[in-house]
Amino acid sequence: MSELNELYQETILEHNKNPRNFREIEGADKTADGNNPLCGDALRVYVKMDGDIVGDVAFKGSGCAISKASASMMTQTVKGKTREEAETLFDEFHRMVTGELNVETDDNQLGKLRVFAGVLEFPARVKCASLSWHTLNAALHGDESITTE
Amino acid sequence: MTAVKKMTNWDVEKIRADFPVLSQTVNGKPLVYLDNAASSQVPQSVIDRTSKYLTEEHSNIHRGVHYLSQHATTAYEAAREKVKRFINAPDVKECIFVRGTTEGINLIAQSYGRKFIGEGDEILVSQMEHHSNIIPWQMIAEERRAKVRMIPISKRGEIIIDEYENLLNERTRIVAVSHVSNSLGTVNPIREMIATAHKFGVSVCVDAAQSVPHFPVDVQELDCDFFVFSGHKMFGPTGSGVVYGKSEWLDKMPPYQTGGGMIRTVSFEGTTFAPIPEKFEAGTPAIAAGIGLGAAIDYINSIDFEAAATYEHELLEYATARLADIPGVTIIGTAAHKASVLSFTIEGVHPHDIGTILDQQGIAVRAGHHCAQPVMQFFDVPATARASFAFYNTREEVDKLADAVQKVIEVFA
Repeated sequence: MSELNELYQETILEHNKNPRNFREIEGADKTADGNNPLCGDALRVYVKMDGDIVGDVAFKGSGCAISKASASMMTQTVKGKTREEAETLFDEFHRMVTGELNVETDDNQLGKLRVFAGVLEFPARVKCASLSWHTLNAALHGDESITTE
Repeated sequence: MTAVKKMTNWDVEKIRADFPVLSQTVNGKPLVYLDNAASSQVPQSVIDRTSKYLTEEHSNIHRGVHYLSQHATTAYEAAREKVKRFINAPDVKECIFVRGTTEGINLIAQSYGRKFIGEGDEILVSQMEHHSNIIPWQMIAEERRAKVRMIPISKRGEIIIDEYENLLNERTRIVAVSHVSNSLGTVNPIREMIATAHKFGVSVCVDAAQSVPHFPVDVQELDCDFFVFSGHKMFGPTGSGVVYGKSEWLDKMPPYQTGGGMIRTVSFEGTTFAPIPEKFEAGTPAIAAGIGLGAAIDYINSIDFEAAATYEHELLEYATARLADIPGVTIIGTAAHKASVLSFTIEGVHPHDIGTILDQQGIAVRAGHHCAQPVMQFFDVPATARASFAFYNTREEVDKLADAVQKVIEVFA
């Protein structure tokens, strides 16, 4: 069962049960919807910019444990970062879960997000982990909705 | 004298030996294949027949004058004859080979629709349909300026027959309904629904993808106008499928796909078409797949199919009881009459997570909306996990499923 533990670690299960920043943001200047219709994950990400800094970021929606935990940790990590830092994190996260970035050996700012490295062993779930990041990215770029089909 | 119900004497191990794929391990555990509603497994005899065709008999069919071509044609048309007998169609030419149910329904909707459906006409589609028996009708309705109306279902997952009867009127042209629901397992009373529709002069198109794997069918007894199914759900290969249609419709319907093989004469002044079935079989068919479908029918004919159905029913009852017993599990689809399809949800756990954790135990189920989003919306769930049983699954496998579901609950506690 150790492989399963790599995916459903304590942290991920905890974030799924108690997702952080699981709310709407009134007056958000950027929102985007993210959809994974194949499995029924659907999120909306809200962003309020403070100049160039992500002042507040939150999400609502429903989905699997991986997508919810990923969204929760995304909001925690990205809040207070500059837009550029957020985009770098998106890039690094995406490359981590698709196997292009080795969290142990390659330079990265992922920190706690490395808990999602395990999703590599579960290729069907990569889209779940990256949904919220794609949605955040869309929000930052002014796209209203994306789908990870 | 009261008849005593015999417990099925079903030698499942003997049957399992016919299916080579079942003996593998997945993630270190024996494969427990419970995704038969998505696609069933293929017995060795079908693999062998297909290999033999490709090794010794393959050639393009229907118009060759050489030995191999005639041989391949004979094999292909023999498969068609097997289909006719399998569903008890009155005439072999009413059995059209297609790639699968989805293509078949598209064919019927477009071809029947263009000829027989006009502005203001109505098409009845049940709420429990697979997308392949909804969208083609939506498309043709839009083209023909007709209307699709929904036959509602109950919370048990059964068609509300009174509502169905109320929907039929003089504008109704055709009813699209599944014989067995892929998401709920419901077996619909289609013989009665067809009889009712015919009183109004309305045709019925039956999606039989999920029924032919589970019990014998008789299209004359049902009196359906169209009956469609896929080979890969009844122990045959992918790429095979059948549209059965009454010749009274098929003869009058325009072709669907056009090209070689479905014509009489072609010139730039005009083209005339072949009679059925060729009219609806443009291009080189999936010959190997069609022959494989014939071999799948042979396999089904070689087992006691009625006993298989009884066995599957016992498995379904056992699985339903074991899962319903677990706190937090909800069975979705509790019709009085079901085939061995079991959709369920676990409180607080997304089906996608259920599927992954079960997969780690070697158990294959499907998690998602099962191409039946209206069903998911009706039951107010984003998705379900679905275990679907065939006559090669075992009680032990049901126990493994139940244990794994327990495990899921523990992980998420």
